[in-house]
Amino acid sequence: MTIVEKILADRSNKDQVKPGDNIWVDVDILMTHDVCGPGTMGIFKGNFGEDARVWDKGKIVLIPDHYIFTKDKYAMRNIDYVTKFAKEQEIVHFYEPFTDDYKGVCHVALAEEGHNKPGDVLFGTDSHTCTSGAFGQFASGIGNTDAGFIMGTGKLWVRVPESIKFQFEGEFPSYIMGKDVVLQTIKDIGFDGGTYRCMEYGGDAVSGLNMEERMTICNMAIEAGGKCGIIAADEITKKYLEERGVTDYQIHNSDKDAVYHSVHTYDAGKIIPVVAKPYSPGNVEPAENLSHIEVTRSYIGSCTGGKTTDFVAAAKILKGEKVKIETFIVPATRNVERNFEKIRIGGETLKEIFENAGCKIGPPSCAACLGGPEDTFGRTHADEVVISTTNRNFHGRMGSMDSKVYLASPYTAAASALTGKITDPRKYIKKIEVEIDG
Amino acid sequence: MDKIRGKAYVVGDNIDTDQIIPAIHLVYRTDIEEEAKNYGKYAMSGMDPSAVKKTFIEGDRYESDYTIMISGKNFGCGSSREHAPLALDKAGIKAVVAESYARIFYRNSVDGGFLIPYESKDRLIDEIKTGDEIEITGNLLKNITADKEYILGELGDIEGIITAGGIFNYAVQNGFISK
Repeated sequence: MTIVEKILADRSNKDQVKPGDNIWVDVDILMTHDVCGPGTMGIFKGNFGEDARVWDKGKIVLIPDHYIFTKDKYAMRNIDYVTKFAKEQEIVHFYEPFTDDYKGVCHVALAEEGHNKPGDVLFGTDSHTCTSGAFGQFASGIGNTDAGFIMGTGKLWVRVPESIKFQFEGEFPSYIMGKDVVLQTIKDIGFDGGTYRCMEYGGDAVSGLNMEERMTICNMAIEAGGKCGIIAADEITKKYLEERGVTDYQIHNSDKDAVYHSVHTYDAGKIIPVVAKPYSPGNVEPAENLSHIEVTRSYIGSCTGGKTTDFVAAAKILKGEKVKIETFIVPATRNVERNFEKIRIGGETLKEIFENAGCKIGPPSCAACLGGPEDTFGRTHADEVVISTTNRNFHGRMGSMDSKVYLASPYTAAASALTGKITDPRKYIKKIEVEIDG
Repeated sequence: MDKIRGKAYVVGDNIDTDQIIPAIHLVYRTDIEEEAKNYGKYAMSGMDPSAVKKTFIEGDRYESDYTIMISGKNFGCGSSREHAPLALDKAGIKAVVAESYARIFYRNSVDGGFLIPYESKDRLIDEIKTGDEIEITGNLLKNITADKEYILGELGDIEGIITAGGIFNYAVQNGFISK
């Protein structure tokens, strides 16, 4: 069996399962946020009763993150709604906005706060819930009705997915990030090539990546239609968990004779920086072929591109330079934001590097990744052409229907910020190879 | 399954959830009817204007003239937002017929009891025109306007959930939860 088949068998109390089986699984964690939380809670109450209690107040993780820093009355109403529900139900893991408990983007906060565990089943009311697959767990996005059902029962029906294996042999070059890796694989199987399937990433090159880079890869499994992405837990995973006091989990590995839908093997050293053109994350081309495309804005942030590793990468390129176009920096979480002042390159903090380069730094949240209310930090309002580290470039995704979004790694987004055109980061290879201090 | 009859609205491949209902409209409460009808009003408002031949909803109305959506591949890709099938439901869409679906949209349509997602092996977007009168009975689709018939995929395992009206009713009927 594959990793995912083993997890789903375990959580449905079966010796084995096979792709296509419809099974009921026990859920370890249900995650919801401010956009889909109120709907989920309404469905829960509508079906189980106004006075019903959730199935397990310790297994629901509530992380408002999408529309926080806005004056929009509806967004604020949503926050009031989930706050009231969390208090009434005594939800143990509620990260309340405008207090010291506020974290930021849910998928990154889940990892940072130790809610991700190998072997677990995690569902979330956000399509990028697949991010948590980086920890060797089954993690998938669902809608409000399914989430409301879990809230009351702790169970959900699942069709066991077949898996596609992506094997990266060797080592990634220094200028390659998780974003390049996942965009390349989405191109190779097609924008809907992962539909109903698990995308399993492995090989020495993937084992060499830190947890944040692995999260970037799993985050975008949904952009190929994937039900989940997964990377087997290893020593790097264990160390990340240990630092957060997490020790009780079960590591699964795919059997040597596991059956896959298909296997794609890559020479990691030959991967090159790529960019997804409007209006699909599968519309991928080498960055070097797009050097004629003028961009008016660079945006570095989101669950896929706003982690500490992403900003260290961007800072290496931006250090000692001035951006040529408006450049937005949005840390995914407060923890990432704190690292802006802790991590130094050549004597300067990340924050100083960004400020000196002329970037605009926003508060931790989803911000303009999905448009949002009119006053959202970094939202497009006209015909902006954005090079962005986010995960979707659908029509009107970042706000304005007249804007265009190109998806790329933080290296490529930062390099393009300096030139005003889509720029292959290999142009700045010497900067990329600089070590961070201490 | 009851017979569904009405006008077809034809779209292309890869219709994503931002096209079906843009994020800026996700703010309305779904449990207050006066607010929820806005999801109907803004359904399909994220479509690229240059790709739209006929408007899905005219003017300030909350419901569309169309009953059945005909799509190509990968309908509903993108977000997990359940507001997408809900918006189509509010606009009056009873069924979507597509070559394939994104997984979460398909699940949400069925589990939430919003609409029936039929699959077709034929590329119906080349066969049916927006405004054609369509009738679906079981897995038979009739284009009454063009006098042609097509066989759709069987609903299979999900038919029980659709007939029950969603996952909650299905779970009650099958003894998974009590009500």
